[in-house]
Amino acid sequence: MEPVAIVGVGMTEIRRERAADTCADLVFEACTKALADAGMAIDDIDVVLTGSNDFFDGRTISSMAVMDACGSYDKNVSTVEGDGTFGAAHAVMRVLAGWGTCLYCVHHKGSESVMPLITNAMFDPLYERFLGIEAITSSALQARAYMDRYGVTEEQCAHVSVKNHGNAFGNPVAQMPLELTIEGVMASPYIAEPIKLLDCAPVGDGASAVVLATRERAKAVAGKPVWVKGIGYNCDAFHLGDRDLSKVDALQAAARKAYSMAGISDPRAQVDLVELSEVFSYMELMWLEGLGLCEMGQAGKFTALGNTAHDGVLPVNASGGCISANPVLVAGLNRIIECALQIRGGAGGHQVEGVWTAVAQGLNGPCGQSQCVWVLGGEA
Amino acid sequence: MAAKRVGIVGVGMTRQSSARRDVYGIELINEAVRAALDDAQMTRKDIDAIVIGNMDHFEGINYVDTWSVDGSGALGKPIMKMTTGGTTGTTVAMGAYYHVASGMFDRVLAIGWEKNSESDTTGAIITAFDPFWDRPTFGGAVAGLALEATQYMAETGATEEDAAYVAVRDRKNALNNPYAHLRMELNIEAIMSTPYLAWPVKLGDMCPRTDGACAVVFASESIANDFPSPPAWVRGLADRHLWAYTSDPYVNQRVKGGTWFPAMERATAELYEKVGITDPLEQFDVAELYLPYSFAGLRYMEALGFCERAGAPALVRSGATDMGGKCPVNPSGGVLSSNAIGATGLLRVAEAALQVQGRAGDRQVPGAALALATGFGGCYWSDELVIGKEKPEKVRG
Repeated sequence: MEPVAIVGVGMTEIRRERAADTCADLVFEACTKALADAGMAIDDIDVVLTGSNDFFDGRTISSMAVMDACGSYDKNVSTVEGDGTFGAAHAVMRVLAGWGTCLYCVHHKGSESVMPLITNAMFDPLYERFLGIEAITSSALQARAYMDRYGVTEEQCAHVSVKNHGNAFGNPVAQMPLELTIEGVMASPYIAEPIKLLDCAPVGDGASAVVLATRERAKAVAGKPVWVKGIGYNCDAFHLGDRDLSKVDALQAAARKAYSMAGISDPRAQVDLVELSEVFSYMELMWLEGLGLCEMGQAGKFTALGNTAHDGVLPVNASGGCISANPVLVAGLNRIIECALQIRGGAGGHQVEGVWTAVAQGLNGPCGQSQCVWVLGGEA
Repeated sequence: MAAKRVGIVGVGMTRQSSARRDVYGIELINEAVRAALDDAQMTRKDIDAIVIGNMDHFEGINYVDTWSVDGSGALGKPIMKMTTGGTTGTTVAMGAYYHVASGMFDRVLAIGWEKNSESDTTGAIITAFDPFWDRPTFGGAVAGLALEATQYMAETGATEEDAAYVAVRDRKNALNNPYAHLRMELNIEAIMSTPYLAWPVKLGDMCPRTDGACAVVFASESIANDFPSPPAWVRGLADRHLWAYTSDPYVNQRVKGGTWFPAMERATAELYEKVGITDPLEQFDVAELYLPYSFAGLRYMEALGFCERAGAPALVRSGATDMGGKCPVNPSGGVLSSNAIGATGLLRVAEAALQVQGRAGDRQVPGAALALATGFGGCYWSDELVIGKEKPEKVRG
């Protein structure tokens, strides 16, 4: 792949309810920050992509509500529905196909959504929806399948919550920095066994944006560019009964593709930092394994030993991750942005020293059915 | 960086009707996918990535990309969903084009579909408008179009009969398209005698609600070159989604002294400059335009540069856009004959490809080599592609 750079990033603060801001307000704030970060004006942007979801926004053609706020006036523009890792992947395609710069933004207002109803609508309308199954209950099935298969414990999952909520103290945009203990997480009530309240990401309001550029256009940018080294995405079967939920086939396929593009043959040796979408604590363990960064079934022990802590051998979600801030569709783009900030040395209070190669991961659909993996690096 | 050149090597479309009760959504998608793969002489294994689009609220399915895997064939493959309202089909086509033009994928399947029989289409469209400013005024798709038609008639002196000519033309063309939903020979009097939906727009002026799907295989240059039959080439593309409020076109024209549809004018200017079009009526052999209602067949001809402002009634009545005319518009019967919304824009691209490949059957425009395809939607947004028989030197952006 020819080099594409991330030259600007912008994230709004993620809060439970940003009642004073419309989706357009959030998008305008994120885009303005990304452009300022790139040292660009909107006139420097050749093409704009947005990300939204009609269900979450309660609007048909949800992109319409942000068409002015994203600065797309008189520019080529398009919309990818779903997680920010997928939309940003398409933004990279636009740059590779001849556009010099691309602004991509994605927004989410969880405070205006009813998550159980909206995520119930992911499921088959005839055979599955009436069961009441939605994001949390389907994930509980996956958590149970995974934990039973490998003997992963709830305490090991709780380590993820404690670590990530603690990391969030260093991240000013995070919604829920919390000082937790394993006992505290274990004592929180079950939402859907084995998932407890403190295993769950909150749902928040926020938006984020990135500016992507060709190598040529990146030269004009004052700040340090971060380079897109590899992208892979892949989709598993839809019906939960058609999948072995303890497996991570789609993630493994996505990671293989991204690593091969990036020239990564030994991810455990070559990846310095990971930002992944742990909407529930068990997911951090599963996704780490799917990304080839732990043996299958070993991520629980690996995590409980502190290896994924901010100062561990492989920091995972140094930003606090999704469990500390989850503006749903924005979550994946924030993983990319956090990787970029770490590589740039601009992550502030949660900076990890010496990050050269970082991996970001995002997902669409129930139980991580569709997975996207990015590899970012410090040089083209 | 330069775009890789991209060819269209397979087209599949379903039979369209007001209610395809014989299939559910995933089966409808699969019908188009199988047809496109057969046409491309490929199997599911050959496809590197998939782009799918529809409008969520019509079928009430969230995350259609992950839901539809059994129909799209996306198991173990990259898939993403792209959605922009009425322009969804052209957005999907452009998205699939960029997947290939980027060099990241060699064979990409674009899918657009809709099952309007399972939806309250107008109920869903109402929610597109801003809840505070637009929703109380603009009920569904018809009201905003009626405002446009009224304004167009006042501006140009065009008549309801001029618009009816477009409806007669497209519906008659549909007689040649075995996939079309409404296939009927009507005359202007018949259109004029249909009831008003919102003056001056009558039932006979409007597109139907349709169940249908379309799939198109986009391929990289080397694969398209080696394809047994000549591919159709993407020669250029441009789009504008300028506005967020349905009242914006009125404000732009009446308050700011601009025009009603600058999105189409601006996209057209960019596209024609990129592709080298100076006289569209002469240079295009055929056009497949997303005309959601008959009056669009007047104003859009002007916005697309086929004639001067206010010149469209004379242009279409001259027969220049009829089959056998200088540049036939909508040989397929167009949107007035079939409107499975998420498929509609992609069908324009598919029809354009069939035309320049000389494979359009009874609706073929003899010798067609250069075709224009458009998508309309959102808030007076416009997506435009030029599809050609000849491979382009290069494609910009």
